[in-house]
Amino acid sequence: MKNAVGREIPDSLLVDGKEVYQGKNYMDGKYLQKAAPRTKRYEPPRESKIVDSIVQALQDCGAKSGMTFSFHHHLRDGDYVVNLVMKSAIEELGLEDLTIAASSLGAAHDPIADYIEAGKVVGIQTSGIRGRMGEVVSAGKLKTPAIIRSHGGRPRAIEGGEVHIDIAFIAAPTSDCAGNCRGVGGKSDCGSMGYAMTDAKYADHVVVVTDCLVDFPNFPASVEAIDVDAVVVVDSIGSPKKIASAAARISQNPRDLMMAENVAKVIASTPWFQEGFSFQTGVGGPSLAANLFLEQYMDQRGIKMGWAIGGICGPMVELLRKGKVGKVIDVQDFDLDAVRSIHTTPGHYEMSASQYANPANKGAFVNKLDFVVLAALEIDTGFNVNVLTGSDGVLRGAPGGHPDTAAGSKVCIIVTPLVRGRMATVCEHVVTVTTPGDCVDVLVTDYGIAVNPLRPDLVQCLDEACIPHVTIEALKEKAYSLVGRPDDLEWEDKVVAVLEARDGTILDVVRKIKPLTL
Amino acid sequence: MIPRPKPERFRLRRTMMFMNAQKPGLIKDAYIYGCDSIMLDLEDAVAENQKDAARFSLYHALTTIDYGDTEVIVRINGLDTPHWQEDIRVCVAGRADGIRIAKCESAQDVLTVEKAVEEAEKEFGVEVGRTLLMAALESPKGILNAYEICSSSDRMFGVAISGGDFRKCMQTSPQRGGVDMLFARGQMLLAARAAGIQCFDTVFTSLDDQEGFEAEVLQNKAMGFDGKSLINPKQIRFVHQVFAPTEKEVIQAEKIVRAIKENAEKGLGVFTVDGKMIDIAFLPGAERTLKLARACGMYEGDLV
Amino acid sequence: MEILKPAIAGTLESSDAQVTVEPGEGGIELALTSSVMNQYGRQIKAAVLETLERLEVTSARVTVVDKGALDCTLKARVECAVFRSCGQSEKNIPWGGAVR
Repeated sequence: MKNAVGREIPDSLLVDGKEVYQGKNYMDGKYLQKAAPRTKRYEPPRESKIVDSIVQALQDCGAKSGMTFSFHHHLRDGDYVVNLVMKSAIEELGLEDLTIAASSLGAAHDPIADYIEAGKVVGIQTSGIRGRMGEVVSAGKLKTPAIIRSHGGRPRAIEGGEVHIDIAFIAAPTSDCAGNCRGVGGKSDCGSMGYAMTDAKYADHVVVVTDCLVDFPNFPASVEAIDVDAVVVVDSIGSPKKIASAAARISQNPRDLMMAENVAKVIASTPWFQEGFSFQTGVGGPSLAANLFLEQYMDQRGIKMGWAIGGICGPMVELLRKGKVGKVIDVQDFDLDAVRSIHTTPGHYEMSASQYANPANKGAFVNKLDFVVLAALEIDTGFNVNVLTGSDGVLRGAPGGHPDTAAGSKVCIIVTPLVRGRMATVCEHVVTVTTPGDCVDVLVTDYGIAVNPLRPDLVQCLDEACIPHVTIEALKEKAYSLVGRPDDLEWEDKVVAVLEARDGTILDVVRKIKPLTL
Repeated sequence: MIPRPKPERFRLRRTMMFMNAQKPGLIKDAYIYGCDSIMLDLEDAVAENQKDAARFSLYHALTTIDYGDTEVIVRINGLDTPHWQEDIRVCVAGRADGIRIAKCESAQDVLTVEKAVEEAEKEFGVEVGRTLLMAALESPKGILNAYEICSSSDRMFGVAISGGDFRKCMQTSPQRGGVDMLFARGQMLLAARAAGIQCFDTVFTSLDDQEGFEAEVLQNKAMGFDGKSLINPKQIRFVHQVFAPTEKEVIQAEKIVRAIKENAEKGLGVFTVDGKMIDIAFLPGAERTLKLARACGMYEGDLV
Repeated sequence: MEILKPAIAGTLESSDAQVTVEPGEGGIELALTSSVMNQYGRQIKAAVLETLERLEVTSARVTVVDKGALDCTLKARVECAVFRSCGQSEKNIPWGGAVR
């Protein structure tokens, strides 16, 4: 069945009430039945929940084949915990048919590819999938299609019971003996623990894995002891250098800077650029550089930003310290500046993924957002964005908060170079739709700006500010005139990944790629 | 082959950005940053054993990439190398707008290049005289011979000083305030103006020293340069800002051009504008101001 | 042109291609790898073969390692490798003739 972004969704996936994507806000007004976990009672006072090993914790929580284990990705490319837990479960306890439900997976998790190939891991639910894992899943080696969700879609699916977590493993930079966890104060600090919060509340069992045990009570806690079954102390939960880079530096690349300046120009041309506006930006080159130029416009107009959200890094913290933004609400930290700032700089707060972006709750921050600046791997002439698959059809990205912020914000700006090497970023049809075009408003490239025809009000803003813009078709033609029109990818029927829209409907599927042989 | 219009000898050249002709990722779209001229480099940026490869890249870049209104100039290897003749052939065959003669020291150097260019134009069926020339003065001898170089050929549109080599010859290094090259810059400017061609300043290579860069550009403008060579697109904006005319200058220029045209119809040669004596000698300057204003987005009229 | 000795042109940098030509045993033997194989493999192959044909190379072993080069770069690398293999890459290139 074809969905609202023109993608053919196999009927075999439309079971148990699953529907195809039908446009923005389709679920508005419908009711969601929340799924409560089945948790174990511990009545006599326990001095400590510390157990000897991950294996012990798995056994105590009744781990068995066929279960779903969840993880968060705050340790990013430095994470050791996913691999440690899966190794214990598969190699020491001999468990099989396991599903990993992670907020994201990345380069740190290449070893999991082996467990997929061996048929031990049969399900993956995640936002991001990259590296070897992306390759083996793309090659059709995972038994069931991977399910890809946005950062807001994940807590929705967990709260609604679409994902049932048997055991949540919470990598914690610090924990006390009862399992109160914080993202700071240890040797592998990650700052915010926003992506772990829903897991702790909705999993049947919760195991904290830490490398820094601190005195009870470790407060204020990001994950609270009331939800924790066991605490495991390991030598190291991750590689600090890869958890948070020293400092996210603003790009010096002239192309990035040129695009960033145009992003700021577009923002400043709209009526929402006023005292107290709200803002989110990515950490990619041109997205982050937009901060720099936006600050100049704020100074010129004598206005301040009310609040900023998102993955946070140094440049935004700097604005907070300078008093140019009122509050920073933080679901994840990308560099040490941000890690050191959270809980310390007045006005820098932590929030959960649900509070950040869940489309089914009653107060997600994304819905109050004025502007978001995002990157893209591809964007097509329908303004549909792909941030998941490379233009060769292989999984190597993550929707993250992209679809959530795009849908919630008043102005969603995509900033990307027109071509990367020989790949046309602006194209006729994206390989995979991860953010539907009806949520995307403006495209800024190094060859020009295009406004979604669904937003005549923004066209007027740009015209009044004398900002030149062209049609997205013209940008696509320019891209193809530079790199040549690509051949269509060839696919097999087998679906290797299902891309859920943030509301839970099916936005797209990724099939097994048929590599070209000459 | 992408058709390129006939090069214009005297056009706006505030910024000339150097690009290594051997790097495909760089040359494919250097024009997007809005510099007036791109300088594709076959000389210092290309290793000695890659000169041949750079020419093949350059030829296909020149013939397949649409550079639009951006002028495309090629810096060829010096006359003391085995490369310059083939460099000239590829430039002419690819219809480059102009050639920059490196290490130029005499009028004879220009004539030597001009002869080879003319031969190449005939060989490749290019209109004779199409390919423009400019000279880079990189030595004390070049500076001392500036006037004969500037006035050596009708193809010459400009002259530039090349600071790196020149300072080495003079046993000095970049100084705040520019005293190291003050005389050389002045001598070259005098020669260029006397010969009626354009004059460009050297690159500023300390990319992190924005303050020093800005001071140098302001001095360039004050000394009367037409523009500056650049090594990074991030330098373009400030140069264009500095070389932009003031609003007052634009209004004044518009009045002068209009008055000269109207009075010419009436047969009047000398008249006053805002109480100032004006004659036909003011026209080129006023027109240059309006063209500059148009390039800077400050003038939308139809007088130029 | 006749491929006299092995020659190489280009780099493995992004947006470039490295082309190696070696004497062949009659016919063109092409080994192509590309970072954009699935979308552009056919076009790259066609560009390489056309360029060889224009240079009248009929017998060669050609290896192309493409890192997302545009057609104009591919052509330039193939031509340079072929002219180098004949020791003729330095001067009197037929610009606009066999090289176009």
